[in-house]
Amino acid sequence: MPTFRVAGTDLLAVVSALRDEQGFDLLADLCGLELQGRPVRFGVVIHLLSTTHKEYVRLHVDAVDDRVPSVSSLHPGANWHEREAFDMFGIVFEGHPDPRRILMWDSYPYHPLRKDFPLAGIEVPFPAADVAEVTGQKVEPAPMMGGPFVSHGGKLSEGEPSALDQSWTEEKPKA
Amino acid sequence: MVKSDFGYNSKVEGEVIVTRADAVVNWVRSHSVWPMPMGLACCAIELMAAGGSRFDISRFGMEVMRFSPRQADCMIVAGTVTYKMAEVVRRIYDQMAEPKWVVAMGACASTGGMYRSYATLQGVDNIVPVDIYISGCPPRPEALLDGMMLLQEKIRNEGGSLRRTFRGRTVETKIVS
Ligand code: SF4
Repeated sequence: MPTFRVAGTDLLAVVSALRDEQGFDLLADLCGLELQGRPVRFGVVIHLLSTTHKEYVRLHVDAVDDRVPSVSSLHPGANWHEREAFDMFGIVFEGHPDPRRILMWDSYPYHPLRKDFPLAGIEVPFPAADVAEVTGQKVEPAPMMGGPFVSHGGKLSEGEPSALDQSWTEEKPKA
Repeated sequence: MVKSDFGYNSKVEGEVIVTRADAVVNWVRSHSVWPMPMGLACCAIELMAAGGSRFDISRFGMEVMRFSPRQADCMIVAGTVTYKMAEVVRRIYDQMAEPKWVVAMGACASTGGMYRSYATLQGVDNIVPVDIYISGCPPRPEALLDGMMLLQEKIRNEGGSLRRTFRGRTVETKIVS
């Protein structure tokens, strides 16, 4: 699939030219990504499909200052994809008609797919204050160690498919 | 009272049945448990299967799935409860009229299941009192029926004014006669 690196400032012009002049009329995917160790931490990848030529094209945009122009004015289908990329990575889509979170609740303070966010989560208040008051419930981190399905190591049987080295856990990291 | 050879026989009983109010009330309640299908993930598919003719939950008087919590007796939490949805689950539970029961169907509803992550409530019993836990991922419809029969048994053995305690609060149901 041909891939082009596009600057954020050129993105709308490129997407609309691809749509109107080259026939890439369907937005197949739009997702955020985090590339560690690069000068620009976040990026957005857009897959466009031409329904007439049956071809894909991929655009990669660096999110300078965590910002990318929204393409939902050109492809309305990008609306929810951009909300998800905002929710999970904190990438701000400039000009988005409805820039709310889509998966986590509106008051959630973190962006969970960032590499520095622990899978177990971080303690925050329960989304609804009145329910939290009645139940005493918080949004609690849920580390794998301590869950109901913790394996205590060792092969169950020779025929069992398993990782060769099972000695490492969250508490005892891989050497 | 309908006179028939089944159950009530005026020659034997002399038109009098002696029993306890609790027993009658519980017998009635246990045979028309109207479920509130709180289908949140894949387990809900098995819940639907249990409602179909092959497994036929109506044999137990439970076929009347009520999507209005006001008309439901038992909330079947079938699926993964995320923190975002947990609030809704609790509000719907609060809207159900007493007496009410909760069945946690499957690993997710019981413990969070395989979703040990930032987004998932680790067991619906953190926010509502659960009467029956059903293991499985997903439990087969037979397992659900087994759990519901256990719930019937539990209802039949409930005593007194149906006190229920949840996190220190007592909810009392009064029988008006
Ligand atoms: S217990 Fe298994 S089948 Fe049921 S909701 Fe969870 S993942 Fe799906």
